[in-house]
Amino acid sequence: MPDKKLKRVDLIFSDDCNCKDVLAAGLKKSNEEILKEILDSGLRGRGGAGFPTGLKWKFTSQEASEEKYVVCNADEGEPGTFKDREILTRVPMKVFGGMAICGKVIGAKHGYVYLRGEYQFLRADLEKVLEEFHANIKAEGFDFQIHILMGSGAYICGEESALFESMEGKRGEPRNKPPYPTIAGFRSKPTVINNVETLVYAFMITRIGADKFQELGTADSRGSKVFSISGDTPIAGIYELELGMSLEDFVEEFGDGDTKAVQVGGASGFCVPRKKFKDTIIGFEGVPTGGSMMLFNSSRSMYNVLKNYVQFFEEESCGQCTPCRVGCQQLIKGIEAVKKGEKSITYLNTLQKLADTMKVTSKCGLGQSVANSFSSIVDNFKEEMIY
Amino acid sequence: MANTVNLKIDGIDVSVEAGKTVLDAAKELNIHIPTLCHHEDLCVAGNCRVCVVEQEGVKNLVASCAMPAQEGMVIHTNTHKVRNARKHVVELLLSEHNADCTKCYKNTKCELQDLASEMVISEPMFMDLVPEKNYTIDNFSPSIIKDDSKCIRCQRCVRTCHELQHVSALGVAYKGNEMKISTFFENPMYDVVCTNCGQCVIRCPTGALIEKTYLDEVWDAIYDPNKHVIVQTAPATRIALGEDLGMEAGSIVTGKMAASLRRLGFDSVLDTDFSADLTIMEEGTELLTRLKRALVDKDPTVKVPMFTSCSPGWIKFIEHMYPEYLDNLSTCKSPQQMFGALAKTYYAEKRGIDPSTIVSVSIMPCTAKKFEAARPEMRDSGFQDVDYGITTRELAVMIKQAGIDFGSIPDEKFDSIMGKSTGAAVIFGATGGVMEAALRTAYEIVTGREVPFENLNITAVRGMEGVREASVKIENVLPAWSFLEGVELKTAVAHGLTNAHQIMDAIKKGEANYHFVEVMGCPGGCVGGGGQPIPTTPEIRQKRTDAIYREDEGMEIRKSHENPEVQQIYKEFLGEPLGHKSHELLHTHYTKRKRV
Ligand SMILES: Cc1cc2nc3c(=O)[nH]c(=O)nc-3n(C[C@H](O)[C@H](O)[C@H](O)COP(=O)(O)O)c2cc1C
Ligand code: SF4
Ligand code: SF4
Ligand code: SF4
Ligand code: SF4
Ligand code: FES
Repeated sequence: MPDKKLKRVDLIFSDDCNCKDVLAAGLKKSNEEILKEILDSGLRGRGGAGFPTGLKWKFTSQEASEEKYVVCNADEGEPGTFKDREILTRVPMKVFGGMAICGKVIGAKHGYVYLRGEYQFLRADLEKVLEEFHANIKAEGFDFQIHILMGSGAYICGEESALFESMEGKRGEPRNKPPYPTIAGFRSKPTVINNVETLVYAFMITRIGADKFQELGTADSRGSKVFSISGDTPIAGIYELELGMSLEDFVEEFGDGDTKAVQVGGASGFCVPRKKFKDTIIGFEGVPTGGSMMLFNSSRSMYNVLKNYVQFFEEESCGQCTPCRVGCQQLIKGIEAVKKGEKSITYLNTLQKLADTMKVTSKCGLGQSVANSFSSIVDNFKEEMIY
Repeated sequence: MANTVNLKIDGIDVSVEAGKTVLDAAKELNIHIPTLCHHEDLCVAGNCRVCVVEQEGVKNLVASCAMPAQEGMVIHTNTHKVRNARKHVVELLLSEHNADCTKCYKNTKCELQDLASEMVISEPMFMDLVPEKNYTIDNFSPSIIKDDSKCIRCQRCVRTCHELQHVSALGVAYKGNEMKISTFFENPMYDVVCTNCGQCVIRCPTGALIEKTYLDEVWDAIYDPNKHVIVQTAPATRIALGEDLGMEAGSIVTGKMAASLRRLGFDSVLDTDFSADLTIMEEGTELLTRLKRALVDKDPTVKVPMFTSCSPGWIKFIEHMYPEYLDNLSTCKSPQQMFGALAKTYYAEKRGIDPSTIVSVSIMPCTAKKFEAARPEMRDSGFQDVDYGITTRELAVMIKQAGIDFGSIPDEKFDSIMGKSTGAAVIFGATGGVMEAALRTAYEIVTGREVPFENLNITAVRGMEGVREASVKIENVLPAWSFLEGVELKTAVAHGLTNAHQIMDAIKKGEANYHFVEVMGCPGGCVGGGGQPIPTTPEIRQKRTDAIYREDEGMEIRKSHENPEVQQIYKEFLGEPLGHKSHELLHTHYTKRKRV
């Protein structure tokens, strides 16, 4: 049972702090001190997978390499998310600050922002802020350079290992794991890759301290999170909310009174139907999200929603591995055939099994997560799949 | 001692060297895990996902070919979950696949088909995706056919072309459902940097990349009473053909091959080894002449090092990639083409046959030889010198088609003339062999003595290292060669085009200083040629190589200049090496080609 109520928070965008001072203070702390803070805060990655940020930094700091990197994942390709764009527009200095502090902790001299191709329009402003940032950091006597690299419009390049391949000038195809980025990331060197938002929280934690952050959220999902809210809602937009609220509370606040389902976590997330709103916690113990929340009211066809998602994956799959490349094609063709009556209803079961196989055999998170939306929509809206 | 890790697979403990994969560990236990994208010669891809296994404590299945073995791992290779997943994967591949096996060249020799049969796939589980695909077949190249409808996108070919051959003619294009293996701008294979080496062909698990076959053409010629059909067999065919006919790798089948060819109906069964010896005479003389003009006459137009020119894959590679070095290539044609030019001149004359009725067939370990035979320069006899180059594999098909029991057919000899061979010619089939054969002859020409190596075996140039260097000090020379007295002849050998690229870059940067360089386009030399039996692995290539050197040791004559038929042809027809007639028939020139 959710015990948190919906609560707005103002950490990410708050302008009650001077970034230059926060950075200076952060850089004065010892690496152990910073690591302890991040670990204690319970911060988990905001890019989707939710890996504990402190651990990621710690592992990378323990690698004995001269050459290490910090990469900020600003590829933001998940359908329904647009919060990283907002963060980069409004508080880029905090993002860079987070990267610098990470760089200090792990021993990196270079950081990269991998910016979604469609966000080219942000670049000039970011470069300007970077100039100031580099001046600040020089004043602190810390040797750290941030570079901006542009993505080229493929969703898969947001996946960390494909992102490194792309940064290295190769085709954006996910790598085998292990080795993980903490050991072999960009240029096969130990690398921390974090989502834009994660870096800002890390930065803010060095200011407010782990305890303050801990006060927010639940045991599994500490702190708050920036949500991109879209769909059938009168108040679409970006909201920073405490983690752990129920979906019922959420819909109460953001729904249009006729919400029949919420897609939590974008195309690779889960679809929750009305009857489950009450028992669904938004957070890692319930339904996690990288920030995308799409509300659907009763005028929407869930068949169309599903088809749209699977089509997205079919096109955005890098195509290298069998389950994902062919699986997506089969899922689409399959639901179309069932809808048209060319295949019996039981074929949906075959497709569900296929989706399960895709989850356990695909090479990367893309193929592994197709089943999330597929199965949650088919399970909960079976009649819409058929009639 | 290397670090070892201990793990458990299907309840059995196993220790392997750190860095090995779960798949390697399973192999140690003789547990078979199916694979498709994995290939011993290539880096790990982990994209087909057919090799998945269950690891205790891990939610998803893991790809055994890509997962490093780790201490304490507990692996299950045969669970319900694993079996379902693998079956799904194969079903998915088949749903994208134009599986008309009976019309497919790889029928019964296909890794996908084997898996489908192992899994007893009858009624397809999923829907057929082929009708929506716009699959194309590229059969414009004289060497290689690329049929996208048979492709499972394992990228073995892409990795081969990039890692082993440094050509990257093939790459991955598009993404998602449209992802495919493609050439630059989807140009046909004949119009890109492809060297026709066929290395991708021998690593493609399906019928998506195959050699262009000339079986019908050859049969038609054989059955045509008005044609005189002659056949030549390359050195490396005689130690590999058996593999496609049920024998162990490394079986020497020279006599059985000659007998079978005769049984197939060829009018004369001859040997490329003869022209390999001739190549040594021409190329050895060319080397010495070049050295004289470079060292004594200080002629700036003479290019040293001299590169061998027997390997048509290498020739096309250098034409594309290093055209500024074309003058360093020996002008000698390859043994196949020397043979071809002589077949319709010397042979025709001696045997009193109208050359227009001769059909000249070659059995080659190579797919690039098909392209070479079709080159417009290769018509010095007044006809196309070699009409059809077919692979070792194609010959095996013909032998099966003719109902010959290869295992029991008694040995026979090659015909004469142009059928006599030496050990020096046989070793052309292995990397380093041309170098060794050339040294055996050139050293003796210059000094009057045999090469100073035990039993004529120049082991420094043998082996499987990618690039090998050797130098021979030339002392006590005959008076005519006094300019070579005391010269340290520096040589190098490379096999596989990635190694060739390495040597070329070193030469370009001025870091390497050689007189003579042997390059073979394929890993291992012709033993690993793109026309050889499939599969190819380091172990198989080693066995073939061992067989080559055994064959050499067993030969009566082991130096090219002692081949009596070679001596005869110089006396009766050619005059002398590099003479007028040789120039006309045995030497050629090269063409600069574009880099994409
Ligand atoms: C298909 C796919 C797309 C992804 N796209 C993004 C993205 O756009 N932005 C992002 O931060 N993480 C994305 N991720 C997650 C990253 O791989 C990685 O986990 C994340 O950047 C780590 O940062 P965090 O620990 O701060 O969340 C994606 C993952 C997958 C599988
Ligand atoms: S799961 Fe999809 S996106 Fe990921 S590697 Fe496989 S084909 Fe590419
Ligand atoms: S490639 Fe293999 S499975 Fe496909 S048609 Fe040919 S033999 Fe059959
Ligand atoms: S052509 Fe052959 S080797 Fe290349 S990807 Fe296709 S099936 Fe694999
Ligand atoms: S034949 Fe050789 S060069 Fe051509 S694509 Fe295949 S591997 Fe590459
Ligand atoms: S053989 Fe392991 S993924 Fe292909």
